[in-house]
This record gives sequence, C-alpha cells and structure tokens, in this order.
Amino acid sequence: MEVTGAEIVVRCLAEEGVEFVFGYPGGAVLNIYDAIFKQDKFKHVLVRHEQAAVHAADAYARATGRVGVALVTSGPGVTNAVTGIATAYMDSIPIVVISGQVPTPAIGLDAFQEVDAVGITRPCVKHNFLVKDVKDLAATFKKAFHIAASGRPGPVLIDVPKDVTAHLTEFVYPATVEMRSYNPVVKGHSGQLKRAVQMLLEAKRPMIYAGGGVVLGDAAPQLTELTRLLGFPCTNTLMGLGGYPATDRQNLGMLGMHGTYEANMAMQHCDVLLAVGARFDDRVIGNPAHFAREQRRIIHIDVDPSSISKRVKVDVPIVGDVKNVLDDLLALLKQSKEKNDAAALNAWWTQIELWRSKDCLKYNRNGSIIKPQYVVEKLWEVTKGDAYVTSDVGQHQMWAAQYYKFDKPRRWINSGGLGTMGVGLPYAMGVQLAFPDAQVACITGESSIQMCIQELSTCKQYRIPVKVITLNNRYMGMVRQWQEFFYGSRYAESYMESLPDFVKLAEAYGHVGMRIDKPEDVEAALKEAFSPALKERLVFMDFQTDQTENVFPMVEGGKGLSEMILAEEL
Amino acid sequence: MVRRHIISLLMENEAGALSRVAGLFSARAYNIESLTVAPTEDATLSRMTIVTVGSEEVIEQITKQLNKLVDVIKVMDLTEGSHIERELMLVKVKAVGAGREEMKRTADIFRGRIIDVTDATYTIELTGTGSKLDAFLEAIDPVFIIETVRTGASGIGRGERSLKA
Ligand SMILES: Cc1cc2nc3c(=O)[nH]c(=O)nc-3n(C[C@H](O)[C@H](O)[C@H](O)COP(=O)(O)OP(=O)(O)OC[C@H]3O[C@@H](n4cnc5c(N)ncnc54)[C@H](O)[C@@H]3O)c2cc1C
Ligand SMILES: Cc1ncc(C[n+]2csc(CCOP(=O)(O)OP(=O)(O)O)c2C)c(N)n1
Ligand SMILES: [Mg+2]
Repeated sequence: MEVTGAEIVVRCLAEEGVEFVFGYPGGAVLNIYDAIFKQDKFKHVLVRHEQAAVHAADAYARATGRVGVALVTSGPGVTNAVTGIATAYMDSIPIVVISGQVPTPAIGLDAFQEVDAVGITRPCVKHNFLVKDVKDLAATFKKAFHIAASGRPGPVLIDVPKDVTAHLTEFVYPATVEMRSYNPVVKGHSGQLKRAVQMLLEAKRPMIYAGGGVVLGDAAPQLTELTRLLGFPCTNTLMGLGGYPATDRQNLGMLGMHGTYEANMAMQHCDVLLAVGARFDDRVIGNPAHFAREQRRIIHIDVDPSSISKRVKVDVPIVGDVKNVLDDLLALLKQSKEKNDAAALNAWWTQIELWRSKDCLKYNRNGSIIKPQYVVEKLWEVTKGDAYVTSDVGQHQMWAAQYYKFDKPRRWINSGGLGTMGVGLPYAMGVQLAFPDAQVACITGESSIQMCIQELSTCKQYRIPVKVITLNNRYMGMVRQWQEFFYGSRYAESYMESLPDFVKLAEAYGHVGMRIDKPEDVEAALKEAFSPALKERLVFMDFQTDQTENVFPMVEGGKGLSEMILAEEL
Repeated sequence: MVRRHIISLLMENEAGALSRVAGLFSARAYNIESLTVAPTEDATLSRMTIVTVGSEEVIEQITKQLNKLVDVIKVMDLTEGSHIERELMLVKVKAVGAGREEMKRTADIFRGRIIDVTDATYTIELTGTGSKLDAFLEAIDPVFIIETVRTGASGIGRGERSLKA
C-alpha cells in the first residue's frame, strides 16, 4: 500500500524506537504534524523556541545514549535550530534534526520561508541530506540514524521539502545500512595495542586523561577497571566527568583551564600519558608549546583519526571504539607478567598527594553571603550525588563541574565545546523526560537562564519537575572575571541590570519560586525543593550569591598547565 | 616543511558533494591551489584532484578531515609516491606580423597545438605539469596574451598505484 511521505517520516521514527520528538510546527511541516496527530508510537514535545527543541533532543541523547530527535519548519525554524545543532556537533552528540523545506519546484526561487538548510548547517553537522524523492525517504532516515550514532557521533539533518511529504510510495524500512564511503573503525590495531601495553608497563609517572569519548562510548566500566588494575591516577575533562568515579582516590578531578592543581601538575609532569576519548582541547592543555616542554610519551585512543595528533603529536595512536580498545588493553595487561616499577609508582603518588594537599578548591566558608561553591556542595549532599545535573555556561558551570562529584557517566550534561548559554533549562527538560523519576537539577546563572527562559512554559505543559538552581551574582560572572583579571576591572556590559523577580516569574509560569539570601538557608531550601512534597513541581531557586567570587584554579590563555593562578595567591 | 601536495579522492557523485570539500577547505583555512572534479567510468563516483600547500601536519589533517566526510570513499596523497600530473591550458594570443610565426614556434617547442586560428589570433592548447604551463606563459610576451584558461591539475599514480572504490 502506498503512503505519504509524512506518514513515512513518522513510521521511520517509530522503527527507530524514538520516544520523544521535540519540535515546533510551521507551514512546511504541516503534513508531518498531521501524521504525528494520527499516531501513538512516540510523544511530541512542543517547545517554545526551536533552539530549545534541539537542545532537549541533545540532552536526551547525552543522558540515554540514544539518538535524540527534533523537528522544525523551514526558514526561521531551521535558523533557530542552528545554535542547537552546532552545540551538539562540538560535543559529538548523536541527534537527527528533521527540517521542513519549501516544495521542490520552489527551491531556489527565494520562496516564502526558504533557506538553504543543507548549506547553512553543513559546517556544523556530521552529515546532512536534502530528500528530493519520496522513494529515498526511508533509506535516508535509516542512514541518518546510523551515521548520527556510529563512529564519532554527531548531528545529522534531514531536509524534507513539503511536496515530498505529500507524495506517495510504498513504505519499506531497510533492515541494514551499507555505505561504501562510511565505515568507522571499531577495533584497535593489534600492533599498536601491544606497544601501548609495553609503554604503560614501563611508566614511572603515568597519567590517564579521559574525555567525553569514554562517556559517549559507554566505556566507564572499562576505564575504571583499567585504572584500578594499573593503580594509575586519572583525570577527566569537562566532558569526561563521571567516566571515572569522582569520589575515588585515584581520581584527581578535572584538568585544564579550571582544573585542579594536582590534575594539571600530574598532566604536565607525567612520563607516559594515556589519552582516552579526549581531544587535547586548548582549554585542557593550555599552551601546547609549554605542554611540550616536558618529555612524555603519549598513547591516544580515539575513534576519529582527525582527533589524533591534531594539537599534540602522539607516539602511539590507536584508532577504534574506546570500549573495544580498553577491553583489548585489559586482556593484554592481564596476560602480561610484567608489572610497573612499584617504587617509582609510589614515589609518583607521594608527589601527587603533595600537590593534592594544596587543597586547591578550598574557599572561604565564613561569610554572610552565599558562596556559589557552597550551594553546589550542598546540592551534592542533598541529592546524595545521584542527580542528573545540567548546566548553562559561565562560572556556575565550572563550580558545578568542580564541586558536584560525578560518580557515574551521563549524569553531567553541559555544553563544553561551543559553550552555549541557554542550554541549561532545555537540557534539563530532555533529561527529565527520559528519566521521569530521577532528580534533575539545572545549575544556571541569572544571565544564561534568560536565554531560554520561555521553556518554563513547556515544563508546565508537560509537568517536567526539574529544579532550577540559579547562582545569581547579578553579573555575567565569567565575563566579569576576565575583565577583572585582564581588563583592569573595567566591567564593560557585564552587569545584569533590571533582572526580573525570578520568584514571581516562576509563579507566573505556574511553578514554585524560592529566593535564598543567606548561607544558613541554603541546605533547608534545597531539601525542600527535592522533598516528596515538591516532587511533581518545577522549583525555581534564586540563590543570591557572592557577586565577586572567581573560579580557581585558573590557567590564563596562552599559559602553561603548571602556571595556574590559585585562590590564595590573590 | 611547507610543500605542494596533490590529493586525489573518490567520492559519491551526489549533489552537494563538491561543496562539502570546498567548505572544509575554507572553514579550516586550508589552501586550495586548484580543484578538479568529474565522474569516473562508474557514474556513481566522482574523482577529485586537489592541489594544496601545507606543512606535514596540515596535510595530515587535510587527508584525515577529507576521509571523515561521509561521502568520501578514498583519499590518497599522490605526492607521497611516484605519480603523473597533467593540466590542460587554452591560451588565446595575438598572432600578427612577425609575432605570428614566433608564436607558432614557441607553441611547437612546448608541444602545444593550435586549435583555432583567425587573422589576428591563435588559440593554443597545451597539456603538462603546472610548471610546464607556467613556463610557456613566461616564454611568451604577456602583451600578446588575450586570455588563458587552465583546468587545474589532474593526477594519477604510476604503475600499480591506484585509487579504486
Ligand atoms: C567556560 C568554559 C570553561 C571550560 N573549561 C574547561 C576546563 O577547565 N577543562 C576542560 O577539560 N574543559 C573545559 N571546557 C570544555 C572544553 O572547551 C572542551 O569542550 C572539552 O575540554 C573537550 O573535552 P574532551 O577532550 O573530552 O572532548 P569531547 O569534545 O568530549 O570529544 C570526545 C572525543 O572522543 C572521541 N570519541 C567519541 N566517541 C568515541 C568512542 N566511542 N570511542 C573512542 N573515541 C570516541 C571523539 O572523536 C573526540 O575526539 C570549558 C568550556 C567552557 C564553556
Ligand atoms: C550564547 C552565548 N553568548 C555569549 C557567551 C559568552 N559568555 C560566556 S559566560 C558568559 C556569562 C554567563 O553569565 P551567567 O549565566 O550569569 O553565569 P555566571 O558566569 O555569572 O555564573 C557569557 C556572556 C556564551 N558563552 N554564549
Ligand atoms: Mg551570573
């Protein structure tokens, strides 16, 4: 039986087991919306802005490991979605975005709500398609989901002209995908694996540096086993948090621009570095020339060959899926009769403990003003370290990363690569919908939250009971910090004037609002927000925090990892 | 060391494929000296030759990034082994008086062919490496050149060396 293109779109999504489609209607997708109206396989979530649709789909993918789906109309629908797509792209998140397009005969004629969606998104998608023939629709969806989720994951856009959604054809969903041009490597090269094992066993000052690839590749158990087997120290990037339990002694916390003293020092001074699913970002290794001053041998595991030797030359490249590669390394290590030089390893740990004893994350707890770090620490306690935490971008993001100890992967949901303010609330929506019973906290700033605040309405409609934790310093704090350090404290346009009364605002949207001014009220307020009484409610918490608090440690741009500014030095 | 490289690639002959490659070069600020593309004997495949300059590190990233494009099937740096490079050039020149005979002689020396003739002009066809074509242009007085059109280099490996899907 022949069905319409719109019907095919809906059936493809059902075939892929899609649970939620985050979207916003418009002329070019009306046929698809009509088909959605008639089906009951997945739920459509109507956001208030297309950017949020893509962010929510992205968060769903980050939290579950499955492909997130967003649906937007042509023209402004697509352009609104671009920020979301670029955000997912930079962090390698698997999503499929379906965009409506003007009818094929109108393409190129500056038709109403026409934009070149494929052209606009090309630099920020893993791949994209314009489907001109209804007969190609099902196969394109199959490919899109496959490409988004496999290899190095990423967003895929499918642009569907309106006439294609009306045309008729048989629906056949392909069982498999064969693409001669796309076959990501899965297994590591055996020769390189052997060299890696040898190098690891020879290490006297080893370091494991684990990134987002461990989380994306669901390899946290393997990483944990390997780290424990070897007895090596392990650090995580911002994207890798939770890939190794943060509360474990072998974990040195996050590294990089706002990483811990011990992690950055160990990174700089190690003799063998095992990089796992991490891409030597400029926020992570600081100045590459400074990083290269110390001699060290580097093993780098990554599924994407272009991540290897891009910013830092490595000695043993291993291209493959992190889970497979770590499994193979574990097997080889277990077979090997050699062991690391115990005395050397001990001496290395003694050095690390010395660095750790600097207690670089300490802050002043004795004031009458709420310290932002304190709120995060208390949140960790109140949620027993078991919440999903989303964040926006700024100082609050760094404090969340530093003070919420993530023991599990996929619990920490934030925009690292693009650093997109506004993601926090839509991220929390995507996570809460995926895990209705989980505790979901969105740590945000008074500036970031205003970039997607309209989603409070979506939360009301779908009863999404996330807890919004605003660390309100009345400043774009991260910008203010840079202006303080590097621009002679000239705070150009970084003060947030005319803030709304967030309590009233939350109430206007039908939620619970709380304002917390004193340190002694922080814990009780958090307990109340997460209490059974408010389990079904969105609680918007406005914490009035210290306006001038800064994030430490800090590695200035252009400086080396071991040249951190510490809190006490100011 | 910054060197000239000739990169050959095979990709799906699909709409937009060329713009993915061109976009990659511009987005990452890689250099393109020339780029040629046409379908192969198998019409579903396009073969592209890109001439670029860069350091070893940059060329390594270029080949990796090209390989990463979902439509790209194979990538080869021809300059890593022995290869043949050819480019076609058409030059329209003024050919009057004494210059007319001189122009013909120069074309002959470079094994060019005159493929169109008027009272006042010759159009000369020339193939060879890029530097041979450059040499020809240097050999004739620029005031005689009316227009030139070059295809950009195409390349192929010597002997057994080949790029197959
Ligand atoms: C305000 C701000 C401050 C920041 N400060 C810091 C900081 O102090 N420290 C810090 O670390 N970051 C910081 N960041 C984040 C930084 O910008 C980068 O986003 C982050 O460091 C990149 O993390 P990653 O190297 O783990 O790579 P990701 O972006 O997570 O990339 C993952 C890598 O793993 C690979 N991969 C994916 N899947 C697999 C698989 N299955 N198998 C093998 N490999 C796989 C990918 O190819 C890729 O190379 C900051 C961001 C902001 C916005
Ligand atoms: C969309 C967007 N615009 C601008 C920036 C630059 N930026 C980074 S952090 C920041 C300030 C964030 O302020 P706030 O949300 O209040 O967080 P705080 O740093 O105060 O904790 C800005 C403007 C950005 N990351 N994203
Ligand atoms: Mg702020």
